[in-house]
Amino acid sequence: MSEKLLEIKNLYVTTEKKEILKGINLKINKGEIHVIMGPNGSGKTTTANAILNNPIYKKEKGSIEFNSEDITNLKTDEIARKGIFMSFQQPEEIPGITITNFLKYAKNKTTRKPVKVFEFRDELKKYMEELKMDSKNMERSLNVGFSGGEKKKNEILQMLVLNPKLAILDETDSGLDVDAIKTVSKGIEMFKNDENAVIIITHNTKILHSLKVDFVHILVNGKIVKTGTQELAKEIEENGYSKYIEKEC
Amino acid sequence: MKKTKIEEINRNIYNIKNKDEYDYKIKKGLTPEIIEEISNQKHDPEWMREFRQKALQVYNKLELPTWGPDLSELDMNEIATYVRPKSKLNNSWEDVPEDIKNTFDKLGIPEAEKTSLSGVGAQYDSEVVYHSMREELIKQGVIYTDMETAIKEYEDIVKKHFMKCVPVNDHKFVALHGAVWSGGSFVYVPKGVKVDIPLQSYFRLNSPESGQFEHTLIIVEEGASLHFIEGCSAPKYNKINLHAGCVELYVKDNAYLRYSTIENWSKNMLNLNTKKAIVGKNAKMEWVSGSFGSKISMLYPMSILNGEGAKTEFTGISFAGKGQNLDNGFKVVHNAKDTSSLVNAKSISKNGGKCTYRSQVKIMENAKNSKSSVSCESLMLDDISISDTIPTNEIRTDDVEFSHEAKIGKISDKTIFYLMSRGLSEEDAKAMIVRGFAHPIAKELPVEYAVEMNNLINLELEGAIG
Repeated sequence: MSEKLLEIKNLYVTTEKKEILKGINLKINKGEIHVIMGPNGSGKTTTANAILNNPIYKKEKGSIEFNSEDITNLKTDEIARKGIFMSFQQPEEIPGITITNFLKYAKNKTTRKPVKVFEFRDELKKYMEELKMDSKNMERSLNVGFSGGEKKKNEILQMLVLNPKLAILDETDSGLDVDAIKTVSKGIEMFKNDENAVIIITHNTKILHSLKVDFVHILVNGKIVKTGTQELAKEIEENGYSKYIEKEC
Repeated sequence: MKKTKIEEINRNIYNIKNKDEYDYKIKKGLTPEIIEEISNQKHDPEWMREFRQKALQVYNKLELPTWGPDLSELDMNEIATYVRPKSKLNNSWEDVPEDIKNTFDKLGIPEAEKTSLSGVGAQYDSEVVYHSMREELIKQGVIYTDMETAIKEYEDIVKKHFMKCVPVNDHKFVALHGAVWSGGSFVYVPKGVKVDIPLQSYFRLNSPESGQFEHTLIIVEEGASLHFIEGCSAPKYNKINLHAGCVELYVKDNAYLRYSTIENWSKNMLNLNTKKAIVGKNAKMEWVSGSFGSKISMLYPMSILNGEGAKTEFTGISFAGKGQNLDNGFKVVHNAKDTSSLVNAKSISKNGGKCTYRSQVKIMENAKNSKSSVSCESLMLDDISISDTIPTNEIRTDDVEFSHEAKIGKISDKTIFYLMSRGLSEEDAKAMIVRGFAHPIAKELPVEYAVEMNNLINLELEGAIG
């Protein structure tokens, strides 16, 4: 019997007075990879932001539990320190703060343990090699002047270093070429184990080819309209969402 | 790079108020008699007595500047311009009176001297209480002493340079300085001598309702080089204190001078300081400046590029919190061909603080093939703070490359969310963004001072959020 990690119950979320999520229910166990797919504007990114309690998204109803603890209204940093990570669609640029210093600081905050400098550098170097990132980038300012692909790889690097219990990847694959998508998949494989879980948000099925996915959810107009296995993703790849959008109408 | 251990600092260090004990404190106000009494107290030579009296006359004729912050709360009748500490000049810390020594100990000056400086001067109120320099520099003919000693022992050099770079009629507070100046440092680096390890002077104003008017005169002869660091602080009182120092720098042909400052005056201080450098042929003058404290600051270091191929750089940051109006900037005159200037100025304002970057770039007719590049960037941490940029550019020849870039920004909620999603609290996130913003300046400072600057930033931010 696998152990429950995250549970979203009947979640309603608005932003700028517009209702985006209309009763989301989602349960994720340790060791699982879930995929959330859906057309643009269906609420995928909102779901991710709501889990991390981004203050611009307002929760009207429902709850989120993580490790059997109610995290619905915790502050974003508290949620992060409980072990939830999100890879951003558009990572922010922080001039004057190097990747090394940033990650050292963040790791120290999330693990609440002092970070050993040399061990940390070696770890960072190893991950950067795996992700085919230039190790000179360690001393570059976080995301400043990075290409879209470099920023996305940098998000995966952060995931590996911070080693959360739940990683939410919000369209990490979008805008990446085939090779970069492979690298990102490899990063996810390196991260994944029986104790953690991953939510992959995408509207592209390429990234799913090389990963073993447990569940696929179709999100349309703020609701999960269908949950299936990897087969469901294949079906979407062939037929698109039209079948599910019609169902909504 | 050599590592220096830095203790965590806190505001209490700067706020240590020693009892207002002094050997002599002059009557408040400004009259010819008071100025004469300063001359008596300081045993001025005749030319200096006359100089002070003339400066006072100029002071009385000049108006307060009206183009900047409001200075109407300054009442010179309420300021004592000369306070002699209960200590003579020493060259051993052991001989400095206990309470004064403790203050400098807590500011980390004797420790820094041991590890990373080749000479130190420490001024307490109006007089220098400690001065020392490494033996090998003395052997090379380097002079580093207090101005009072310099007037006695190197009178010719001082007389030739004193307030020639910054003339008394420059503005009202320079005239005031000329009349009441006391203390400060004199540095002379002979031709070709390279001083690799920095010299530092630290200025501490302890006495309430008083002023500090130190005079710094540095001459770097042909082909010589020097890094000079200036630090300033004072405890907070309810009444206004005044700082009107004057810095005159002569950078001769092919010479190099870097002048770094961390000013951390208390928030009852009016900081009306004047700094100017005359830069010779193929010489280079670099300014690094961190301005944190003071209620009002009007500080515009200036480089006059007089020799062909002369270069100057200014790297500066100002941080204004509640009730602070920091009107800082940089001035440069290109007065010969092939000269260049590079300015990188930043400001941070929070809690209603105001930062103005006021600059002046003058490129004269004869400054053919010159280059000037000015970049200023401000960061406002909230909606009630103010940031402004007032550039004045006067370019009298076509044969120049000139650029001016100004950016004003705020910390975005998106960026804060991004950092919080990595486990940083809102305070940590803001502090990290500000540290990153200040990094280009911090990296120009020696490591101990960069750490001090980061600590000052953290202190300022604590106030913003707590």
